[in-house]
Amino acid sequence: MTLAAATELAAATNENLANISNTLIYSSMAVYTLAFFAYIAEWLLGSRSKVGRTAAALTPAKAGTGGKADPPAVTVKKGGSTAVLERPTVVVRAAAGQRDVPDGPGAHGGDAQGDLYGRIAISLTVLAFLVEFGGVLTRALSVERAPWGNMYEFNITFSTVAVGVYLSLLALKKNVRWLGLFLITTVLLDLGLAVTVLYTASDQLVPALHSYWLYIHVSTAIFCGAVFYVGAVSTLLYLFKESYENKLANGGTPGRFANSVLDRLPASASLDKFSYRVNAAVFPLWTFTIIAGAIWAGDAWGRYWGWDPKETWSFITWVAYACYLHARATAGWKGRKAAYLALIAFGCWLFNYYGVNIFVSGKHSYAGV
Amino acid sequence: MSETKTGAPDTTSAAADEDLGAAGSQLSTAPAEDAPNLPALGVTGWVRWFWRQLTSMRVALLLLLLLSLGAIPGSLIPQTGIDETKVAEFRKAHETLAPVYDKLGLFHVYSSVWFSAIYILLFVSLIGCIIPRTWQFVGQLRGRPPGAPKRLTRLPAYTTWRTEAEPEQVREAALALLKKRRFRAHLAGDAVAAEKGYLREVGNLAFHIALIVMLIAFAWGQLFKSEGNKLVVEGDGFSNTLTQYDDFKSGSLFTQDDLDPFSFNLKNFVGSYEPSGPNRGTPRVYKADLTYSVGSSDQEKKTTIEVNEPLEIGDSKVYLVSHGYAPVVTVRDGKGKIVYQDAVPLLPLDGNVTSTGAIKVMDGYRNAKGEREQLGFQAFFLPSYGGAGTAVVSQFPALLNPVLNLEAYHGDLGVDAGIPQSVYQLDKKNLKGFKDAKGAQVRENLKPGETMKLPNGAGSITFEKEIKEWAGFQVARQPGSGWALAGSLAAIFGLAASLFIQRRRVWVRATTGSDGVTVVEMAGLGRSESAKVPEELGDLAGILYEQAPGAPDPDDDPADSAASPDPQVAPAEGADSK
Ligand code: HEM
Repeated sequence: MTLAAATELAAATNENLANISNTLIYSSMAVYTLAFFAYIAEWLLGSRSKVGRTAAALTPAKAGTGGKADPPAVTVKKGGSTAVLERPTVVVRAAAGQRDVPDGPGAHGGDAQGDLYGRIAISLTVLAFLVEFGGVLTRALSVERAPWGNMYEFNITFSTVAVGVYLSLLALKKNVRWLGLFLITTVLLDLGLAVTVLYTASDQLVPALHSYWLYIHVSTAIFCGAVFYVGAVSTLLYLFKESYENKLANGGTPGRFANSVLDRLPASASLDKFSYRVNAAVFPLWTFTIIAGAIWAGDAWGRYWGWDPKETWSFITWVAYACYLHARATAGWKGRKAAYLALIAFGCWLFNYYGVNIFVSGKHSYAGV
Repeated sequence: MSETKTGAPDTTSAAADEDLGAAGSQLSTAPAEDAPNLPALGVTGWVRWFWRQLTSMRVALLLLLLLSLGAIPGSLIPQTGIDETKVAEFRKAHETLAPVYDKLGLFHVYSSVWFSAIYILLFVSLIGCIIPRTWQFVGQLRGRPPGAPKRLTRLPAYTTWRTEAEPEQVREAALALLKKRRFRAHLAGDAVAAEKGYLREVGNLAFHIALIVMLIAFAWGQLFKSEGNKLVVEGDGFSNTLTQYDDFKSGSLFTQDDLDPFSFNLKNFVGSYEPSGPNRGTPRVYKADLTYSVGSSDQEKKTTIEVNEPLEIGDSKVYLVSHGYAPVVTVRDGKGKIVYQDAVPLLPLDGNVTSTGAIKVMDGYRNAKGEREQLGFQAFFLPSYGGAGTAVVSQFPALLNPVLNLEAYHGDLGVDAGIPQSVYQLDKKNLKGFKDAKGAQVRENLKPGETMKLPNGAGSITFEKEIKEWAGFQVARQPGSGWALAGSLAAIFGLAASLFIQRRRVWVRATTGSDGVTVVEMAGLGRSESAKVPEELGDLAGILYEQAPGAPDPDDDPADSAASPDPQVAPAEGADSK
């Protein structure tokens, strides 16, 4: 076989792989769509009769037990393993001033049929995730490099990782099932955008993108984005749930929609805690991402920091998340105000990704659009 | 999270706060928030008030917010430090806006007065915050964990049981257990007090100090940096002195002596390009093979510089930033004597390396009449000429079908006037074009090896078969980058410690109850509520329970009725979430 024939064969294989990748991405979109409908069914079928936990915990009528204050709300937890039956139990109480509201039952609202649809939705999500993962993998094989050389590849990888984060949290038995519908909706949007507006045929990288720092920098950036995204969704839901709880506690009557949807979500305190943990956990990694980027810039462009728009917005995002963490340590900024900061910080992240790539020109012009 | 928004008065928790008192204090070194009340009279009063404001968490937060807001305009408005030409374009397009922007320093946001003010205030605040916090933390390390609060039942995690073991025995066992778990523990009255997770504070302080290190390193780098460019043709060399650079920029405190002594020769440049497909012509590999020597040593070393792989010598890094072609031409006079022979670097105009430049024969040439004259050639070079009838631009960046287009002039190049002149352009003021028999400007497309004859025996110019390539190098020196890197690593580890490590306290009280049976009480307190605190308490209680097994409950156990846990055995709050 001549050399020319060999390269031609390789090119044909790559083209085949690229086509397979496209097919897989489209198929995953189809399965995500099915999952989407299953999540919708879970919400719709979830019985409305079983909701009302939050209301029960918060309506003032309940507190009126003849002038005497309620006994401190407590939950009991078996200490250590359950093998030793006689072990002392640990009593846990909410911190001073914190409401003790039980977590909602989840999207299915305690309804068996709703729960079934929810489980179907998760199974479909797993399937779609595997298919999409295959799509990303074949794309990577077809271009013989990591699949994040342009915005199309970045988008498909991003949504795969976001769903991966969600499924891992589920696998770790964390209480995150309520995220499903919100997540899959945006994953579909993200993929839709990827295949229509952002699509770029497989292609090699220009020399400036050839560096192992690229792998480190971009992979952690994608991962951080996915986790920040999960944090932002729960922060947003926290804001809704918190005002819902406030309304109930002040004797108001929330609308039917709020009653039906918000009551099924975890308590606002749990949502708040979850979003804090998620954001705080990736913040060091985001810091690392920026530093890895600076090292790469030092190797590629001769300076590690030059206030290029992408660099600037990464910095802004970083400072915004630092504000959020600080706000939580500062009296008077906890709760809602801190939550707004978290949302602004995520907004900065989004702008850094879409806005800067599309509207602002800089050295990071790998958009390929 | 501990905001009280509930309508119902929460008397129990207010009491709990009082109860915790010293036990809950100093779990962090975060400054207490006091309301911005008016200062005491007098200058010192004001100064002290101002300082306290500046170093409060609230102001730190505001300054942080301002820092992120202030960084935004610089990413949207063209900046002189990044792209001068864009700034010039912007000035032309917005004639009324540009002066306003100038006044506000918006064309150089990151070195503007107001941006500097924000971060300097922030860092003053930071230093003013770190010093007392460090001090306080040292105090906490010297002291001992605070003793147990009176009523342990008020704490976020609590457990109790009755045992036959003596109180002293229980306390000793608890002390041993906690010490083994690496708590700092001591006996205080009837209870053991223990604390763990001091690394969180260490991490937090390290992180904030690292921020200062990074800022200083960055500022240092800006003041002492230098950056110069040099174009080198294959076979030629460069030595690192100021005069050798084509252009050079430096920070305000830079001196010539800061340049690292070294020199190098460019042996070979290799560029390869995508041969086909939609991205045909996109560069794939650029590399420059060099030999270099450092200082005054004669020892030559070989190396290769690629786009992401600069050569590092001392504080300097040599980057490969551009490349192009340098066709070799030979100019002869009417008698056939060689008056010029050299590789002429030409500047690329587009992605396919259509290049332009000038060939200047400054001395040694005499025209047909024997008079001294200078020759100039305007050169266009296409590495891949598309053939007759196609546009005069290169079709591909590699040398597939090289063509050199030359336009010949004679006269005075104007180089002796003392005015600096671009080597890539002809100053045609005192030049006359060579005309052919029909009176048209002499201009020809040459292939390698071809010669263009100048009219009337004025000589000839030959496009030699050898076509050299040139590489553009940037030599950058940014001192302090090692410190910046060390600072950022410290920042990451400090941050991780600060965010992932829980600082928490555990108390174990053992007393003799009214019926003579020992009552053990254990409680845990974390800085933020975490599922980990009750989990750990459960663990510890389990172990201690084995050493002090339970005694049967009497009917009227006072401890039991005080806690009266709900019979529902729900998982501890947060235990099922992350
Ligand atoms: C240069 C800007 C600053 C940045 C980027 C920054 C960033 C951070 C971050 C990310 C945290 C979170 C770590 C944690 O929660 O343990 C933190 C905590 C903290 N920061 Fe800063 N900080 C800055 C300036 C300051 C200043 C000026 C002060 C003093 C007023 C300060 C005081 C604190 C304190 C006391 C904590 C710990 C709060 C706690 O214990 O929860 N920081 N900072």
